[in-house]
Amino acid sequence: MAEWQDVCGIADLQTNSGVCALVDGQQVAIFFLLPAQTCYAISNFDPFGNANVLSRGLIGDINGQPVVVSPLYKHHFNLQTGVCLEDDSIKIPVYPIRLNQTRVEVNVREAP
Amino acid sequence: MTTKKTLLVIGNGMVGQHFLTSLVASSIKDDYEIVTFCEEPRAAYDRVHLSEFFSGKSAEELSLVEPGFFEQHGIVIHLGDKAETIDRQAKTVVSAKGVTIHYDKLVLATGSYPFVPPVPGHERPGCLVYRTIEDLEAMAAAAKTGKIGTVVGGGLLGLEAAKALVDLGLKTHVVEFAPRLMAVQLDEAGGAMLRQKIEELGLIVHTGKNTSLITDGEQCVNKMCFADGEELETDIVLFSAGIRPRDELARNCGLEVGQRGGIVIDNQCRTSDQSIYAIGECALWNGMIYGLVAPGYSMARTVVADLAGDLASFTGADMSTKLKLMGVDVASIGDAHAKTQGAKVYSYQNGDNQIYKRLVVSQDKKQLLGAVLVGDASGYSTLLQYCLNGIELPENPDALILPHRSDESVGLGVDALPASAQICSCYAVTKGAVCSAIEAGFTSLGALKAETKAATGCGGCSALLKSVMDCELAKQGFEVNTHLCEHFAYTRQDLYNLIMVDQIRTFAELLEKYGKGNGCEICKPTVGNILASYWNDYILEQPHLGLQDTNDTFLANMQKDGTYSVVPRIPGGEISPDMLIAIGQVGKKYKLYTKITGGQRVDLFGARVDQLPPIWKELIDAGFESGHAYGKSLRTVKSCVGSSWCRYGVDDSVGLAIELENRYKGLRSPHKIKFAVSGCTRECAEAQSKDVGIIATENGWNLYVCGNGGMKPRHADLFATGLDKETLIRYIDRFLTFYVRTADRLQRTSVWMENMEGGLDYLKSVVIEDKLGLCNQLEQQMLQVIDTYQCEWKTTIEDESKLKRFRHFINSDQTDDKVIFVEERGQLRPADDDERKHFKLVEVA
Repeated sequence: MAEWQDVCGIADLQTNSGVCALVDGQQVAIFFLLPAQTCYAISNFDPFGNANVLSRGLIGDINGQPVVVSPLYKHHFNLQTGVCLEDDSIKIPVYPIRLNQTRVEVNVREAP
Repeated sequence: MTTKKTLLVIGNGMVGQHFLTSLVASSIKDDYEIVTFCEEPRAAYDRVHLSEFFSGKSAEELSLVEPGFFEQHGIVIHLGDKAETIDRQAKTVVSAKGVTIHYDKLVLATGSYPFVPPVPGHERPGCLVYRTIEDLEAMAAAAKTGKIGTVVGGGLLGLEAAKALVDLGLKTHVVEFAPRLMAVQLDEAGGAMLRQKIEELGLIVHTGKNTSLITDGEQCVNKMCFADGEELETDIVLFSAGIRPRDELARNCGLEVGQRGGIVIDNQCRTSDQSIYAIGECALWNGMIYGLVAPGYSMARTVVADLAGDLASFTGADMSTKLKLMGVDVASIGDAHAKTQGAKVYSYQNGDNQIYKRLVVSQDKKQLLGAVLVGDASGYSTLLQYCLNGIELPENPDALILPHRSDESVGLGVDALPASAQICSCYAVTKGAVCSAIEAGFTSLGALKAETKAATGCGGCSALLKSVMDCELAKQGFEVNTHLCEHFAYTRQDLYNLIMVDQIRTFAELLEKYGKGNGCEICKPTVGNILASYWNDYILEQPHLGLQDTNDTFLANMQKDGTYSVVPRIPGGEISPDMLIAIGQVGKKYKLYTKITGGQRVDLFGARVDQLPPIWKELIDAGFESGHAYGKSLRTVKSCVGSSWCRYGVDDSVGLAIELENRYKGLRSPHKIKFAVSGCTRECAEAQSKDVGIIATENGWNLYVCGNGGMKPRHADLFATGLDKETLIRYIDRFLTFYVRTADRLQRTSVWMENMEGGLDYLKSVVIEDKLGLCNQLEQQMLQVIDTYQCEWKTTIEDESKLKRFRHFINSDQTDDKVIFVEERGQLRPADDDERKHFKLVEVA
């Protein structure tokens, strides 16, 4: 069952960049893309660098997949699936995210 | 256990050293204990470029020996010790210092000595020769008290020596016995053109002069008296009238020598004793002494091959030469004097531009036999290829030397060259070798040079090498893809120009006009960087925010645990006690790990993202500015203490370093840029390992460019000498802007320059001679950057809205629980995995 939690306002997000939110004790990296107004929420933890830094990575697309690039050792993670492009055996948690009026909501319970 | 045989090399000049480097690169390097005698106090150096000693190159820079070469390869070198006798029966060599070495194989690379004609008075004070660094030092000493210098000998070496006298500030004469200059290489018209050009440079040339006596002068130390009754007053008489082989060792042990000297060798460079080889200028092959370095190198390689049991022969060498004598291009190929039976001659003379060209072709006009070029040697490579490879000439051979005023190219297509064609004669690299390297994946000019060594000697073949590369890549069906990434089908340089021409101010605008998709971690920082160097906007402005890597977006350097390090600018490394205390107080308050950097400043580690603004507030209040350690931009200008304190200091290196650092701080560039300024040639600031290095001399500042440390260290190249401060700064402005405009992303100045067609000379022509007519623009652009400088941290802490990002969580004041420190040597560092489990954790403020 979906449990949406209010995280912050849309105005708190950084356009075409990321922020980190604390949701139920989990560190969640949230990215906000304009002009499409698309949001992505993934774990903030980089399993290669062993540090909570992914919200501070650059975002872009590689062959049409939206990705974040870890600032530590430059691994790419697919923002929709959490799969690492350099090593597809590594998959980081991805969370459902939605915009509700001016608010941003994340569901960390439903992480696959 | 096997006992190694001993290989002894007598002489560590250019050829002796080339033999050693070829040997240690060969399959037989482990078969021998290698021992070498070097009579001079220093190991091999570049005698070809000896005159550069006076235009600022040091003895170290002229060295041909990589640091640690002898140690690394286990070669025993007896420096400053001369081999005196060879006992061929016992196979031993005894040196002047009494060292006795038993050899299994012996290589004589004893070189030559300058011929001094037995003119009465030739041993008077001020009578010198030009061969070793010690000779140069004697010249420099004599030049201190003298005003006039005279070179005896108007050949290739003589004119080199004349340049050295000019560089020493002497009024210079050249006295030649033959009726023209460079009589061996040039015909009469070529020699006359060269004379005219050289005399315009202020030298006085006397041809057809036979010196009969040197005696006391009236105004000068010496007076030269000529057979025709004329006289010339001069302080220095510099003999450069040819060389003689040093064959006395061979002569004394009974090896066969030529009638006029020289150790007789066969096609394998063996002497009359099968255990002894001779190479270089001491060797006589087929009645010829080769006074050039390339044939000596070729002999050295022949001996290595022979020792390895490979079939190899030295069968003579091409004596073609191309050189720049005091800025005048001179080249001579093959049979320049048309001595071949039936040879036909074409010549072209342009009295206005002072260009002379002559072609010597075979009777049937199909083969090129020789050529002379004075004033413009640009056709040298093509002509040499025709000559060496016997390529059939076009129907009208004179087209090869006539100026072509249309776009029609008359050059030889590189595709026509056979695989055996020699591209680089310094390192004997054939077109075949270049092609194999290209096939093996070395597909940039820089990589190709590093792999094949082609174009790394005199550099004369670099344009040819580039043509071969382009042609081969096209042939192999490589589409040379220089696209920045999948979002932009352009190079960085293209994008720079597009941004400049269309006056584009944001990434979104550029992407819409010239790109596709959303961008990536390659194009975003690249474009962010170009926009920053061109417009110099505040990089955290909304449209630029998502472009920069995390270091730039948080204006600090991310460390392994996600915390940051902070580096305030300390221009020139000069810091007052109060400022130092201020840094210390910040470090103490925030419990930061503190370390001195290699760039003479202080790095503070372990700051959480939320601590960055308060830390910077305190630093700025204390008078600091951002150090841009996080950006692709100017890092530091390192300096030694200079003339204000040092008893050797020649100029104020700290003062200049501070001025330069303040001038260029904040400049965004393709990669980081480092400077250093040394106050004298002792070079304590290590300026020659920097992108821009400056060294004070008594004649002004010497400017070095394109050096770097790091994984592949590179010594900087001497760019200009004796500059006043204004000229120095003008050159640096132009150099840096040109780099910012034209380099690839993440390309340091060294690689940028190495990949540039024409290399250092081209760079000089753009920056110093303004070949592209760009200098004014380049300076203006730099001034705009300097005028719009802002301390990014000052702007950031003054803008409340920018500070919102400097917290770990957008919705909580908690900090990252993964950041854990432990104590080591009285300071903090990130805990490793084990410590996270087992050790008591230190609480952080």
